[in-house]
Amino acid sequence: MNKHLVALLVAGLAAGGAFAQANDTLAKVKSAGKIVMGVRESSAPLSYTLGDGKFVGYHVELCERIVKALAPAAKIEYTPVTSANRIPLVQNGTVDIECGSTTNNAARQKDVSFAFTTYVTEVRTAVKVASGIKSIAQLNGKSVATTTGTTSVALLRRHERANGVDFKEVYGKDHADSFLLLESGRADAFVMDDNILAGLIASSKSPKDFAIVGETLNVEPIAIMVRKDDAIKKAVDDQIVSMIKSGDLEKLYNKWFMTPIPPKNTSVNLPMGEVLKGLLKTPSDKPAEDFNAKK
Amino acid sequence: MLDFSIFTPEVFRAFVLNGLYFSLALTAVATLGGILFGTLLALMRLSGVKLFEVPATIYVNGMRSIPLLMVLLWFFLLVPMLIGRPIGAEISAVITFVAFEAAYFSEIMRAGIQSIARGQVFAGQALGMTYGQNMKLVILPQAFRNMLPILLTQTIILFQDTSLVYIITANDMLHGFSTAGANLSRPREAYILAAVCYFVICYALSWLVKRLQLKIAIVR
Amino acid sequence: MSLEWQVLCLDTLDKEPVKGCFGSGQEQTYLDWLLQAWGQTVIVAGAALVVALIVGALIGTLRTLPGNPVIARLGNAWVELFRNIPLLVQIFLWYHVLPVLFPLFAQMPKLALVILGLGLFTSARIAEQVRAGIQALPRGQRYAGMAMGFTTPQCYRYVLLPMAFRIIIPPLTSESMNIFKNSSVAFAVSVTELTFFAQQAGEETSRGVEIYMAVTALYILSAFAINRIMAYIEKRARVPGFVATTGGGGH
Repeated sequence: MNKHLVALLVAGLAAGGAFAQANDTLAKVKSAGKIVMGVRESSAPLSYTLGDGKFVGYHVELCERIVKALAPAAKIEYTPVTSANRIPLVQNGTVDIECGSTTNNAARQKDVSFAFTTYVTEVRTAVKVASGIKSIAQLNGKSVATTTGTTSVALLRRHERANGVDFKEVYGKDHADSFLLLESGRADAFVMDDNILAGLIASSKSPKDFAIVGETLNVEPIAIMVRKDDAIKKAVDDQIVSMIKSGDLEKLYNKWFMTPIPPKNTSVNLPMGEVLKGLLKTPSDKPAEDFNAKK
Repeated sequence: MLDFSIFTPEVFRAFVLNGLYFSLALTAVATLGGILFGTLLALMRLSGVKLFEVPATIYVNGMRSIPLLMVLLWFFLLVPMLIGRPIGAEISAVITFVAFEAAYFSEIMRAGIQSIARGQVFAGQALGMTYGQNMKLVILPQAFRNMLPILLTQTIILFQDTSLVYIITANDMLHGFSTAGANLSRPREAYILAAVCYFVICYALSWLVKRLQLKIAIVR
Repeated sequence: MSLEWQVLCLDTLDKEPVKGCFGSGQEQTYLDWLLQAWGQTVIVAGAALVVALIVGALIGTLRTLPGNPVIARLGNAWVELFRNIPLLVQIFLWYHVLPVLFPLFAQMPKLALVILGLGLFTSARIAEQVRAGIQALPRGQRYAGMAMGFTTPQCYRYVLLPMAFRIIIPPLTSESMNIFKNSSVAFAVSVTELTFFAQQAGEETSRGVEIYMAVTALYILSAFAINRIMAYIEKRARVPGFVATTGGGGH
């Protein structure tokens, strides 16, 4: 009798384990009654904190609306993530949906899934206006800052090798740190997504001292990240499409990018780019490689 | 040039307070766990039984040769692998600190135990106590009292070391200041305030330890 | 769990294995990078140790000068300042704040600021040990020096300091090992030393265990090497017939 019970228990556990591996975040959320949302602490205006455990931003609010539509009874638990740990945390189940500033690219698509692109960023260079630097070629011999754990690191290195432009790389631990390197003069340029550059410049002490210049190193689609092969992806995509159709997505974009936002009540002032406008007409989750010609 | 006006008590409460609680809590837990585990390690090293001595010695010397930052990285990587489940940075920090500080506390306790006159051990044995009773009732209380100032100084060092959880981005006091500085675009002012906070707390604690040292000095 | 040591032979940019594990020309494997990072650690720790010894000996000596309460209190303030602020916070101050407050520091290369920060932090601890060492000497030494007509600086130079340094070689050994370990805080200001390498390479290759093991092995090896070097110095510097000890603690 006991042997049968044990066998049943083991089978039940195995089935439960298999069930957990089937990647059904929505079911997990419904049974747990909560959803864990990965957010960034300092990636304004996409996702950042106002202190006290409060997180706001374009993607944060987008996710909040999506979650309310998909699982209205679930409590949202915000978990700060960093560029370094966001993918492992989604993969191993700690985070159910990541709403930060993650670039959708082919390498990452091996580990996770991305919803339809809701933001497009172009990787550009921020410099001090006084330095007179207007293009990447002028960075020869200078020091360039970027943030560890981001795609910009590899981009810089590849560009360096391909074009024979020789510059010193300095790494900031996060975006604010890297901007500080530029501000203090330790770096002559800061290469990063244009929205992050714009946000940092807008909230710096003297925004007029800085400018975003130079060629676009890369066009990167930024999207909400979920587990691979998970039913939640389609659900999120459907929500995004309906928000585009109703005009809500564009209103949300304008709220976070064109009007004053907390905490300093300054505006980022970055109008929607052509690539994103095109994507809103035909939503897609194509990776970054499709947007950039191979050099 | 430096603008501190942005750091109102409200900002402090929103960003830093949670981190401060965590730093203090981490210090307290790591101290207690470290002393417990460290005393065990010290007893293992002094036991005279090779089976206990060798692993304990390897553990203590190993922990003391590696930077705390590396140990933090190790535990943050390994513990989720071992228990098959992801863990938060804060929990990882607690486990790491207990394991790491145990090595340092064990050295202190070992010095303390060895400083007790052998006569005490013999007296205990003459009274018919077992090894365990001897340790618990005679040796360890004396050793602990002798070493109290050094143990407390180590605790203050521990409190400073909690700032190193920066590498695994746990939410401690330094992280709170750092985030506030980043989001309010006043990173330099934030670092200065962090330094002041740490200084005030550590200086006050070390002053208390000095007073305690005067009070409990055993007159032989 | 199988260990994939080949990760060290991968090229850092395209992650292709390189024959012979050492890259040539423009190529750089993770093994190259590891050794380069180790070199940086040695440079930072070594230079900081020199700074710490010089400044620490100076401050420690100043604190033992008789009849000068102002200097003694200044020395005290110096030690308290550097001992009560965590090293990581001090490095941030040196790297981000001081260059803004004092233009002199803005000119300095980043490595120099890190070396200064680490060196001055350790100097406070060495100052305490030098002070303890000098005070462990019998008072008769100082009086004998005075009786022989030495001025105070001469007394320190010829009588007190030589013996004090020999006394404090054991705690100095542990301070040297500490400074090597503490150099890891330079990761926060993106100095490419061992801990920074461990973090970066671990993320890039997703083979954290192998990378961490390599870095840990280098740290343990270096600690052992420092220990042996200091033991050699102690043996060579030993004065026959004079055995002295002083307390040491902390980490």
